[in-house]
Amino acid sequence: MSRKIIAVDVTRCMACHSCEIACAVAHSASKTLAGALAESPRQRPRVHVEHVAGHPVPIQCQHCDDAPCVAACPSGAVSRAGPEEPVLFDSARCIGCRMCVQACPFGAITIGPDGKGVLKCDLCIERLSRGVEPACVSACPTRALRFEDVDQATRRKRRTASANLLSGETK
Amino acid sequence: MASHKERSADPVTVRLLENAAEAGIELAWDRYAMQEPQCGFGQLGLCCRNCLMGPCRIDPFGDGPKEGVCGATADIIAARNLARMIAAGAAAHSDHGRDIAHTLLMAAEQENCDYQIRDERKLKSIAADLGIQTEGKSTREIARAVAELCFAQFGQQHGEVVFTRKAPEDQRRRWRETGVMPRGVDREVVEIMHRTHIGVDNDHVNIMLQGIRAALADGWGGSMIATELSDVLFRAPTWIRSEANLGIIDPECVNVIVHGHEPSLSEMIVAAAQDRGLLALAKEKGAKGINLGGICCTANEILMRHGIPVAGNFLQQELAITTGAVDAMVVDVQCVFPSLGKIAQRFHTKFISTSPKAKFPFAEHMEFEEARALEIAKRIVRTAIENYPNRKKVTCCPSVEKPLVAGFTSENIYRMLGGTYRATYRPLNDAVMAGRLRGVAGVVGCNNPKLVHDYGHVEMTKELLKNDVLVAVTGCSAVANAKAGLLAPEAAFEFAGEGLQEICRAVGIPPVLHLGSCVDNSRILIVLSNMVAEGGLGNSIADLPVAGAAPEWMSEKAVSIGFYVVASGVFTVLGQPFPVQGAPELMKFICGGIEKLYGGKFAFESDPIRAAHLMIDHIDARRAALKLPPPMYPQPYRGKVYAEAPARATVAV
Repeated sequence: MSRKIIAVDVTRCMACHSCEIACAVAHSASKTLAGALAESPRQRPRVHVEHVAGHPVPIQCQHCDDAPCVAACPSGAVSRAGPEEPVLFDSARCIGCRMCVQACPFGAITIGPDGKGVLKCDLCIERLSRGVEPACVSACPTRALRFEDVDQATRRKRRTASANLLSGETK
Repeated sequence: MASHKERSADPVTVRLLENAAEAGIELAWDRYAMQEPQCGFGQLGLCCRNCLMGPCRIDPFGDGPKEGVCGATADIIAARNLARMIAAGAAAHSDHGRDIAHTLLMAAEQENCDYQIRDERKLKSIAADLGIQTEGKSTREIARAVAELCFAQFGQQHGEVVFTRKAPEDQRRRWRETGVMPRGVDREVVEIMHRTHIGVDNDHVNIMLQGIRAALADGWGGSMIATELSDVLFRAPTWIRSEANLGIIDPECVNVIVHGHEPSLSEMIVAAAQDRGLLALAKEKGAKGINLGGICCTANEILMRHGIPVAGNFLQQELAITTGAVDAMVVDVQCVFPSLGKIAQRFHTKFISTSPKAKFPFAEHMEFEEARALEIAKRIVRTAIENYPNRKKVTCCPSVEKPLVAGFTSENIYRMLGGTYRATYRPLNDAVMAGRLRGVAGVVGCNNPKLVHDYGHVEMTKELLKNDVLVAVTGCSAVANAKAGLLAPEAAFEFAGEGLQEICRAVGIPPVLHLGSCVDNSRILIVLSNMVAEGGLGNSIADLPVAGAAPEWMSEKAVSIGFYVVASGVFTVLGQPFPVQGAPELMKFICGGIEKLYGGKFAFESDPIRAAHLMIDHIDARRAALKLPPPMYPQPYRGKVYAEAPARATVAV
């Protein structure tokens, strides 16, 4: 089985920011919306809906195979347990040098809410252990975000592209 | 997917849910599951669509915007949204009241009208309340004057909505001093829409004060007019026996389900169902007779005046059709699912809309006009009868309908308590003062698929009863409690504490009093005012050892009710918070600051037992403030106030 990724279909994104809220709530202590609001410091999202030329694009950690953040981290705070595992951050080891923030080509690593450590997507490992999809994926009302393996995602793309090709020919 | 038992506490509903799932019929619960997780901005009240610089959102977690394009903060945006919910709720109740006022005017003006003045005593008592001279006037002349005066309340531009004079002086003083005494019903709704337009009112408290003003115009205006004038036209309710739940649908009869809110339609359907010609036609088609059943507040209206059994509450409307035995579902306005037509298509059921204000997909529209009321009602019933032979598969409902007694009003409680010749609230006040009754609570409101159907209503009521709190119910809460058997007088012996049992036994009432539909929450306001007037429990509704709750609320009408009850001095617990939790200052106001102004405030608690305890703690605090003794009998929930106090027996009196 190949590794599962959070696949983004930018054409479906409505910029509702629901993924951001769900992400912050999923990483809060209470795991509820109202509870997360009451926590101090408040959790922040690890996914960000950016806008480029009027088009919304959800961006988060891609859990790169050859992850620059892992390579850049001098203290081993950013690491992965194996080739199929997500890139995780360990605040106990973090020295606060921000090298990972600079190294990330997607800007997906941000400074933590209290200014200490960093925030990055952990692929909702806590939810995955319970057999639940990452919070951003289940929150997306248009299925712009999907949790699927790479083969599945690329096959879907090939099929759409093929269908487009065919309909273009018959016109 | 949640199991059916996690969806409803009502066994009949669970059984029908199983059947519907097997048949692949999608219901509100399934659609709710499809909507999950619901938008966080919407839940927190942080989304504004009031102008086209937006839509704007406030980011509650990240580094996103803290203000909308116009500069509105979370508190301003959430307050505007909440005030607009009140506007919609007040408009719905009040438009219902307006229609009833119109019907009364028609009855007064036209001799051969299908509607008649059936309750002269009530008419005269309203005329006296409104300061209308009755001497030497005919009933129809008085009715005309009452109808015109009530009608005028909607468009009144200045002065005070007339029924506010039934409130205790302390309430009226607070309303005047804070500038929320309602002027006219429509005016206050319109002013909310003005103030929440871009760039008008941008102070969250000031916005909410106008929300309160419109809510008061609903409770002490539109809703009260609906209640009072319905009593004149259709007779004030008296205690009446009946039964409740979907099992009342009789497979051998022509079944007509009336669903919605306004009694002007349902009363005529009741009359038409007794028409000899139509009964003969039903027999001719092979049916045993014509069976009527109600859903939502229409159910409450015809239950308390005619003893027509209740088919179910809000979340059971789709299930009624899935029995396959409903020959017509007739609807008017409010709380009617647009899904009904699609579901009716899977069966033989005719889904008939009647109001020019409310049309639905896949419905047959048979427009109801008050001027030809009976004729149209007969046509509707005839349609149902003619549809009877078209039935396909009938799923029999489990027949576990519970007996009940309904039909209490602020007036007949006088007679119930004091007898016909010395009608008085004294026994009620005395019971509270002596501690035989710990207090009185209103449990009202809707159903909501976010919560287990009926569970909140029933468990909260039981918890209050066993702690000697007398409970009054309306709306879908009344139906939930009816189905659970709590509206039967015998329920006192099973569920009530010792003190409440003594009262129920002595007076002969159920421990839970059915006060009617959702506009009839106005009856609760009058009961509270009467308790203050009777004396001994303080000078204000805010002093009374009472509390309110809407454990399963969902509608904008419930928001309006909540605010008029709180602004009338009652501590109120809601099962779900208002969608304003992203607005910290606004939350502080509705759960705190508002109490200084009116004596009532909100609390939010989804667990019905914990919510009941909040209510009891409030009741106890009011008892203590009035220097009343602790409850007469030991209470299962001692509560915060009496937790440290020695048992009653050792208290020196």
